[in-house]
Amino acid sequence: MEKMSRVTTALGSSAFSGRTMFCHLDAPANAISVCRDATQVVVAGRNIFKIYTLEEEQFVEKLNLRVGRKPSLNFSCADVMWHQMEENLLATAATNGAVVTWNLGKPSRNKQDQLFTEHKRTVNKVCFHPTEVYMLLSGSQDGFMKCFDLRKKESVSTFSGQSESVRDVQFSMKDYFTFAASFENGNVQLWDIRRPDRYERMFTAHTGPVFCCDWHPDDRGWLATGGRDKMVKVWDMTTNRAKEIHCVQTIASVARVKWRPERKWHLATCSMMVDHNIYVWDIRRPFIPFATFEEHKDVTTGIVWRHQHDPYFLLSGSKDSTLYQHMFKDASRPVDKANPEGLCFGLFGDLAFAAKESLISSDANRKPYPGGDRRYPIFFFKKPDPTEQFAHVSSALSVFETDLDSNRMDWFVKTARLYLLSGKPFAELCDHNAKVARELNRPQVSTTWTMLRIMFSDPANLTTPGPNHNISKLGTLPLMNSFSMKEMGSGMGSESRLERSKGESRQDNIHLEPGNSHISNNNDENEETEGSEGQAEYMFGDAELDDDDLYSMEHDNQTEEQEYILPQEAFQLRHEIMDNPSAPEHLQQDKADSPHVSGNEAEVMCLTPIESFSLISISQPLFSPHLPASFFCPVVREMLSYYAEQGDVQMAVSVLIVLGDRIRKEIDDLTQEHWYMSYIDLLQRFELWNVSNEVIKLSTCSAITCLNQASTTLHINCSNCKRPMSNKGWICDRCHQCASVCAVCHHVVKGLFVWCQGCSHGGHLEHMMNWLKSSSHCPAGCGHLCEYT
Amino acid sequence: MRHAVAPTENVENNSFTVTDLLKICTHCERLSKKDLGVRIPRPLGNGPSRFIPEKEILQVSKVDARTQTIFEDAFAALGRLDNISLVMGFHPQYLESFLRTQHYLLQMDGPLSLHYRHYIGIMAAARHQCSYLVNLHVNDFLQVGGDHKWLNGLDGAPQKLQHLGELNKILAHRPWLLTKEHIEHLLKAEEHSWSLAELIHAVVLLTHYHSLASFTFGCGITPEIHCDGGHTFRPPSLSQYCVCDIANGNGHANHHDDLLGNQEVSGEVEVLMERMKQLQECRDEEEASQEEMATRFEREKTESMLVVTAEDEECVPSRDVSRHFEDPSYGYKDFSRRGEHVPTFRVQDYSWEDHGFSLVNRLYPDVGQMLDEKFQMAYNLTYNTMAMHKDVDTSMLRRAIWNYIHCMFGIRYDDYDYGEINQLLDRSFKIYIKTMVCSPEKTTKRMYESFWRQFQHSEKVHVNLLLMEARMQAELLYALRAITRYMT
Repeated sequence: MEKMSRVTTALGSSAFSGRTMFCHLDAPANAISVCRDATQVVVAGRNIFKIYTLEEEQFVEKLNLRVGRKPSLNFSCADVMWHQMEENLLATAATNGAVVTWNLGKPSRNKQDQLFTEHKRTVNKVCFHPTEVYMLLSGSQDGFMKCFDLRKKESVSTFSGQSESVRDVQFSMKDYFTFAASFENGNVQLWDIRRPDRYERMFTAHTGPVFCCDWHPDDRGWLATGGRDKMVKVWDMTTNRAKEIHCVQTIASVARVKWRPERKWHLATCSMMVDHNIYVWDIRRPFIPFATFEEHKDVTTGIVWRHQHDPYFLLSGSKDSTLYQHMFKDASRPVDKANPEGLCFGLFGDLAFAAKESLISSDANRKPYPGGDRRYPIFFFKKPDPTEQFAHVSSALSVFETDLDSNRMDWFVKTARLYLLSGKPFAELCDHNAKVARELNRPQVSTTWTMLRIMFSDPANLTTPGPNHNISKLGTLPLMNSFSMKEMGSGMGSESRLERSKGESRQDNIHLEPGNSHISNNNDENEETEGSEGQAEYMFGDAELDDDDLYSMEHDNQTEEQEYILPQEAFQLRHEIMDNPSAPEHLQQDKADSPHVSGNEAEVMCLTPIESFSLISISQPLFSPHLPASFFCPVVREMLSYYAEQGDVQMAVSVLIVLGDRIRKEIDDLTQEHWYMSYIDLLQRFELWNVSNEVIKLSTCSAITCLNQASTTLHINCSNCKRPMSNKGWICDRCHQCASVCAVCHHVVKGLFVWCQGCSHGGHLEHMMNWLKSSSHCPAGCGHLCEYT
Repeated sequence: MRHAVAPTENVENNSFTVTDLLKICTHCERLSKKDLGVRIPRPLGNGPSRFIPEKEILQVSKVDARTQTIFEDAFAALGRLDNISLVMGFHPQYLESFLRTQHYLLQMDGPLSLHYRHYIGIMAAARHQCSYLVNLHVNDFLQVGGDHKWLNGLDGAPQKLQHLGELNKILAHRPWLLTKEHIEHLLKAEEHSWSLAELIHAVVLLTHYHSLASFTFGCGITPEIHCDGGHTFRPPSLSQYCVCDIANGNGHANHHDDLLGNQEVSGEVEVLMERMKQLQECRDEEEASQEEMATRFEREKTESMLVVTAEDEECVPSRDVSRHFEDPSYGYKDFSRRGEHVPTFRVQDYSWEDHGFSLVNRLYPDVGQMLDEKFQMAYNLTYNTMAMHKDVDTSMLRRAIWNYIHCMFGIRYDDYDYGEINQLLDRSFKIYIKTMVCSPEKTTKRMYESFWRQFQHSEKVHVNLLLMEARMQAELLYALRAITRYMT
């Protein structure tokens, strides 16, 4: 043997040439194996059993071993192995439990040599001894491993795996007498071929079945195992206890594992399900495959290196009925596609960024970070390991320090706290929010609020039938252009604006009073000039009249520009927030107390402010209540999206909530949900729990409102034994005592249980309420001053 | 201060053993009849099963501490202890695994919302007209906030669930017809489409409830007292005696019958054991040819068709169960009829352990593990007893039952000699299996009694568990294979 292997080594890698190639098989393959001189490959499956010769450019079918008119199940192979010493000898494991050997030297068409039917269940694996010509080992589903001497008619020894199914058996490459067996229950056993009574060693390698194992061809003690738990593990067997020295996490259960010849650290794997690729891993770099072969269209069932001393050719068979020869140089290298870059935020907003050195240096002439932050380029070098074939990347690490003041989010917190989202009439909400924004020095936002108020507050209840009539007559006019609005003085307060409005409305009335609407008066110049006066916020005019200046201005501050949207009804309150049906009962009870009331109040109150408001607002007579609201909504929608994209999701969500039904239908649910989620996330990062909860409650997306119902589980400890109660309910598993006893009446509490978070005593809700009315001490007598709020 | 909610359901809450419960019930009954004039429901059936005497079931829970704790846990988790669990109490190891899986499927993390899960359970159970499960889950469905309208029929449910109807139908009756096109149809991207993870969840639920329906009928589970058909307001008759009492051996009339039966069939067990022994010994000598093996499978398959399921009894579902599914005429058709040949499913090519598990675990983590444990538990459960005999290796019998069921679904094990089935399972047993697996609603008490007459009730329940799990695995294999094909 020694001599022979030296000979083959001498042949070396130069002996072969070839290219990546494949051929179609007639049926899915289950396993493949190559003969010793690497010129032929045998493919076995349920309906196929053929030998192909490997030529320079292609596979050539040499022999079909599936002969006979009615092929029996003995041909249905789960595994196949070509003897590495004897060229003519093959063995297959059949799904019906037979172990068959084949002698290619036979003159007849049927090459079947021996048939062993000793196993009762499917045989999963056969393995020839690497140096002993006549020794064959099999492992079966029935839990037995059998060793056959091919000169005899039956097995020479049987090894019992204690009724656990055997998935793989492998003779050790270096220890003559040792073989490893892997089992369905996750164990791996080591046996001495001379001692069939007991295994030498056993350890649990994986959770769930171990589908495969492979001895390292050079290193005596290394065994690689792959399992259903998606892991490949490398064990060092030289020590007393098998030690896991490497572990590769793949993305699917591992069906086969094969060490790469002549490369100490490399192994190839393929998976049982879902993933069709073949990976070659460097076990020292377990996070990314060293190379992948992506040719197969269905799961790969068999992989084998073409020659035991040539690391460049890999053969594989697959369920997609193809046989491939992969050239290592054609493999794709995921490393090349990976971005060796990392990014991380520090506690105080510092940002660390590591990237390829080349990237950073080519960047050097770039302008420094606009924020004026300092960067610390730090360079790391890992000591290169010549045996590692990974491309070496030297990275530069930059740290960006945040200037604590420039990026303050104070405004966000304050805005979140101060904004009113519900509980008041729409107009007041808008005014309030506008004021908040203004005080925080955010004029643009402030003005947007004001705009919204004016646009959406409904003037309809004041509009006389007259103008309505007029306008309806003018249906042919392009309504879109009939009205445009402009905001210029950024610091301007709403009060002044209102005063201004009054004036305007007077003028407008002049136009309107005669009965012709200004719209019919297409060339009403008075209006135009009025609009362009510095302080004016509104402009009324028709498209034909607007001069270019106006248009350009509009484009400049697109965000603030609003189209008026005409509400259909007097003052639309948002819908009541519906309780999610799955809300726990007590929540509903709670709700009955407070939030609803405020809502109702708002409804009652809304009449008065509306009227007064409409009296002073200018624009109403101009708008036709017949204009469909949807006509204007797109602009508001754009505005919201603009804010959201600018990163001010707060504004988008607040407006969404305050406008409620007026705009909700215009924006698709996913976007809304996305905004809500982002805002809630932000709020929670700033620990604004109350605000975030309010937002959740006020949102109309079902996906959001149900957030309030998520993780409402409360874990409690038993009051007797102080251990956690694993079950819901009131009885403790361990001490079998009723855990939740009312401190007042000493009965078990079923239903509402209320307890003090200070002393953890509690009981029936009413009992506790009554008790704490009369006494401030805990009813259990612990002396704690409980408080019921 | 905080509030916690514990379920406040009915009188049951005060006690944990069922006997206590009954005591209290009668107590209440007396009290309220005197005082309030409230109509008190009275359980219609006595005990959890129509087939098994009540006292035998109750004995188990009293004697076995482990069963007792499992019952307590189940009660604490659900606020009820259903009849299914009581009957399964014969086999506490299995029950534990079963309840854990079911609890996870219905209550814990999963891609489907709670009311969807119960509704899918209703759909699946309704396919077999299992009013017991339907009623149980209608209640649960409403409790988790399900929409009343859905219960009027599949038409009232969302489009998405309606799409599932087809899959439900095929899975329940002819899973071998499932193709990747069905999966494609459900998953194609549009408004009412399913995601892969949701689909897996739904498939597991469907198969779970199909097979649970089998169990329910197979063991003659009686309706829960709070469900339709489980109670009556009619005052107890004077004799305190009703048909069901006689039927499940709670009366005395039956004892005589039993004696007669025993004499008749004594020796049945011995014959069976003898056969198992023979098979074990002469297996090696016999050496059937491969062709022979193949024909044996075919023969068993065709023979399973000839086993006629009883048609004599018409069952009338109490709640209008049929409205939960469409196409009520669609039922089990024998696997291979002349004309339409469906290729045999080879377990060696797609097995639960290798392929099914990996797929489920990938898309619905943890559940794969639980199902795996449950299957293994059911398959390997044994007490090494057969009727009055101890220390018997029953693995051969269990394997025969398991493989027979898979055979009815056209699933073949290459390494199994289907001749064994004929040796081990007699005709009445085959009828029972076939009825229970293929059209469980037709199971009758007579069938239950006519097989394995000398065996204990607990052993018959054991058989039922085996049937249920084997059926579930068969359906799952077909469904998962279709999904795998869709994915590749």
